[in-house]
This record gives sequence, C-alpha cells and structure tokens, in this order.
Amino acid sequence: MKPFTYARPAVASEAVTTLAADPDARFLAGGTNLLDHLKLGVVEPSQLVDVSRVTGTAIEELADGGLRIDAGVPNSDLAADARVRERYPAVAAAILAGASGQLRNMASTGGNLLQRTRCAYFADPTTPCTKRDLSQGCSARGGWARYHAVLGTAADGCIATHPSDLAVALVALDAQVQVLGPDGARTIPIGEFHRLPGDDPTRDTVLAHGDLVTAVDLPATTPAVRNSTYRKVRDRASYAFALVSAAVALEVADGTVVDVRIALGGVAHKPWRATTAEATLRGRPATDDEFRAAIAAELDAAAPVDSPLGGNAFKIPLVTGTVVSTLRALAGGAA
Amino acid sequence: MSTTIPMSITVDGERHDLAVDPRTTLLDALRERLRVTTAKKGCDHGQCGACTVLLDGRRVLSCLTLAVAKDGSHVVTADGLATDDGLHPVTEAFLAYDAYQCGFCTPGQICSAVGAIDEARRGMPSAVTADLTGEVTLDRTEIAERMSGNLCRCAAYVNIVSAVEDAAHGTAPRSSTLEAQA
Ligand SMILES: Cc1cc2nc3c(=O)[nH]c(=O)nc-3n(C[C@H](O)[C@H](O)[C@H](O)COP(=O)(O)OP(=O)(O)OC[C@H]3O[C@@H](n4cnc5c(N)ncnc54)[C@H](O)[C@@H]3O)c2cc1C
Ligand code: SF4
Ligand code: FES
Ligand code: FES
Repeated sequence: MKPFTYARPAVASEAVTTLAADPDARFLAGGTNLLDHLKLGVVEPSQLVDVSRVTGTAIEELADGGLRIDAGVPNSDLAADARVRERYPAVAAAILAGASGQLRNMASTGGNLLQRTRCAYFADPTTPCTKRDLSQGCSARGGWARYHAVLGTAADGCIATHPSDLAVALVALDAQVQVLGPDGARTIPIGEFHRLPGDDPTRDTVLAHGDLVTAVDLPATTPAVRNSTYRKVRDRASYAFALVSAAVALEVADGTVVDVRIALGGVAHKPWRATTAEATLRGRPATDDEFRAAIAAELDAAAPVDSPLGGNAFKIPLVTGTVVSTLRALAGGAA
Repeated sequence: MSTTIPMSITVDGERHDLAVDPRTTLLDALRERLRVTTAKKGCDHGQCGACTVLLDGRRVLSCLTLAVAKDGSHVVTADGLATDDGLHPVTEAFLAYDAYQCGFCTPGQICSAVGAIDEARRGMPSAVTADLTGEVTLDRTEIAERMSGNLCRCAAYVNIVSAVEDAAHGTAPRSSTLEAQA
C-alpha cells in the first residue's frame, strides 16, 4: 500500500474543502470497499479524509411524509429502522440481502452508493481495464463475463455492473441524494446519480471530486411502496453479490395494476429502472402473461455478451423469471 | 515517508496508547503492535470473518478497519469475552458442541455469534426473517443466515449453528456436564 496521510475534519464543509484541495484525496467512510481497494492497489490516494464522524447517523421524518437518512447511517441500522421496515420494505430487504452482518454494521449509506464494481478485472491491476485506465481495453469482454451487463452497454467498452443492492431499491423508490460540494449543496434524483459507461467508464456517478453525499431522502410512501420487496438471485444463498436482482413495488385494485415500480440490479452499469415494463403494465390485468410481456418489452434492447469463459445470456430468462415471480407474489399480497 | 499518528484504544479491557502509520488496519494493530493475536487474518479482504471483533459493542471486520479511524474506541476479542466467573456462554457452547476443528475461524465465529445474538435480541431482522416488521426468532435458518459472514474451512458449520442456538436459548448441556457424562 502506498503511503497516505489521514485527516479527520470536524464538520462536513471542512471535509469537502480538504478533499477539493487535493485531487488525489479520497473520502473514507466505513472503509469496507476503500480498504479492500487500497490493499489491491486499485486506488492509490495521497490522503484519506475520514467522514465517518461528520456525516451524521440520524433517520428523520421529513415534512412531506418522507424520511431523511444521514449518509453516516450504518446499513444495518437502516435495515432495522421500524419506519423503513414498515413504509419502505424494499429498502430493508435490499440491504439485508447484501454482504454480511459484520459488513452491514460497518458500511455507511453514502459509501454503499459509491462502492465500485465487483468486476474481477477491475480489482486486479495486472489485467487491462478501461474503468481503471481509459487507455486500456476491457478484459471482461472475451473473459469472465458472467456477472456483467446486458443493458445500457455500447458495442465495446466497459460492461461492469453496479454492485449495490440498496441502490436498486432506492432507484425503484425515487429517492433523492443530498450532496454538499465545493459550490454548495444540491439534490440529485437517484435515477440520475449513477451513470452508464458512455465515453468515460472511470466515472460511476455524476459526482465531481469534492462532492460529499450528506443524506438520502425517501419520498412519502405509497400503497405500492408499502407493498414492495427485493429479490436477489446469486450463486450461493447468502454473502454473495447479485447475478440479477429486482426491487419491485406493486398496487393492484380489482385485478388491475394501479401502480408499479421495477428496478433491476446486476444488469447494467447503474441500477436499471425498468420504465418500459412499468408503462406497459400500468392499467393492465395483474396476470403472469401481462407481467411476462412487460419485462420482455424492457429486455428487448438487451445485448448479452458471449464469452468462452462464460457469457451472460442466461440473465435474460433469469431476470424474466425473477420479475414475474416477484410481481406475482406481490399481487397475491405475499412477497 | 508517511508519519505516524498517536491514538489510544482499549482492547479486552486494557487501554493502549500507540502511534500508527495511517495504513495500519485494526487487525494488524492488534496482532503486530499490541500482540493481541486472538483475531485471525484469513483473507484480509472482508470475505472470511476470521478477523471479527466487537468494536464498541458491534461485530465488525478488523481487516477492513483503519486503526487510526477508531481512535478512542473499545475493542473486545474472543479472549476478552471471558470474565472472572468463567467463559462466555457462547464460548462454553462452542466447547460443548465441538463447534470447530482446527480452530482458526473460532475466535471470529464466537465474536460474530455474540454480535448476532445481540442483534436478534434488539429485534433486527435478517434476509430470512419471514415478516420484516415482526418478531425475530433465532432458529437454525436465522442463525445460518446471520453467521454467513464467517467461513469455516473445516466446515464445522453444523455444530457452529447448534452452539449458537444453544447460547441464544440456553438449552444445551455445558462442557462440564458433557465431561461428567463421559
Ligand atoms: C465480502 C464483501 C461482500 C459484500 N457483499 C455485498 C452485497 O452483497 N451487496 C452490496 O450491496 N454490497 C456488498 N458489499 C459492499 C459493501 O456494501 C460496501 O463496501 C459498502 O456499502 C461501502 O460503504 P463504506 O461506508 O464501507 O464505504 P467506503 O469503503 O468507506 O467508501 C467507498 C467509496 O465511497 C466513497 N465515499 C464514502 N462515503 C462517501 C460520501 N458520504 N460521499 C461521497 N463519497 C463517499 C469513498 O471515497 C470510496 O470511494 C460487500 C463487501 C464485501 C467486502
Ligand atoms: S467490464 Fe469494465 S470494470 Fe470490468 S474489465 Fe471491463 S472495463 Fe474494467
Ligand atoms: S481476515 Fe478479515 S474477513 Fe477475512
Ligand atoms: S475450525 Fe478450522 S476453519 Fe473453522
């Protein structure tokens, strides 16, 4: 590990100023992703700016009926909060589906959204990776691409997926990310927070250097959101990242879909809001055939990658089955 | 070239003042600087749980924790769980159930189990809790899920789950009783 200095600012604004003044500095929260990458040599910062004591650990009611989650709230506390469990079950379920008890105790709300991809080549500086270095190629294409993206990809370039379970649930629920930057505070809708790789896969989010996530706001709950859940499919039953996952919220009246939200994990460079599937389903009968047709419409644009070491075409039927069965369970009132 | 930073930390009831390179993990500070070798280094990347300790009462991975970031905190390792009255009930249960083979993962398993039982008592749900808003009952499925962050290369899982079940509900025989029966 390259040497770095350590700063522990007293307030959030000081953390932002310190980081902005040093292009090679990084924020440190729970450290569960950053420490791993420091050891692997994926990042070599000059300085760590510890924000774990400045970002706050409260979950507060908002005037509009929503909740504000401070960026320092540990993942385990967020999942255990009685209001979150009752009003936003998909959020609690998504967190609990990820990592381990120890990691959830350490991981922060802000750090969770900013965690980097689990692409094995990204984590290995001895292999070429466009996300680490724009001048290099992508080792996953033609390599081990089992965990990689099928939506929002270009003909070549990065096919990494975003690994956060929490982010998928937040995207389904239209959360808002509160950010403090060198020029002041601003709010970013979560759907616009993570990026597709485009021409700069080194950037996972729209944040600029020095931008600190200070909180995540959940809007007031709705009947659909109260009837929401998160389903994750993985290679082992626990303590593994998603092959695919879905955060789904559904309101049905008289057999007809009144409101539906679907966000997918493990399929794209960012949590994927399935807007086409949602639009297709709204006002339609809540039946398996309709569910299947809606997710098929969403996956129409999917472009799986083929690889001698394992491609990811299996994700198309896997996403379909996952979404259909989750919608069916929610329609029956038992997710 | 990086300079050291003074910090203090209480480990198993004993306070230590030391100066650390900012790169030092809590695990390395414990093992290499303070010679407290209870927590083990399995993977050093957050994937095995061998380094689990209780940090200010919560189970965490010491290999992904920077020591300097935990200045002023209280760490309890499996060693520090014992009191003048004897071993911790979780440790007793591990002995009673023979919940190990080589023992390398055991200090982490025990700290993790202590943390997991406490989390369940506080009503914190897990991925297998049927009703997210309901009560938590630590059955074998719940224990396996809550302990999934602790790998055991000897695969002593079946007995680990039994030990945790016993410790959580106080139902099974103690090592002393088992020995008396032998
Ligand atoms: C073995 C293992 C298994 C895991 N399994 C899962 C899983 O199944 N599902 C899942 O979702 N996650 C999983 N994780 C990832 C884990 O959830 C993340 O590492 C964690 O959420 C990151 O939070 P942190 O506070 O530790 O962030 P850190 O590691 O401290 O920081 C991560 C990144 O975010 C930046 N950052 C931190 N806080 C802020 C902020 N407030 N504003 C701006 N930037 C910030 C840091 O600079 C850094 O780049 C796993 C991790 C491990 C090690
Ligand atoms: S998929 Fe992205 S992260 Fe993985 S090797 Fe290719 S460029 Fe790197
Ligand atoms: S040594 Fe820390 S999790 Fe393996
Ligand atoms: S007892 Fe050997 S690793 Fe668990």
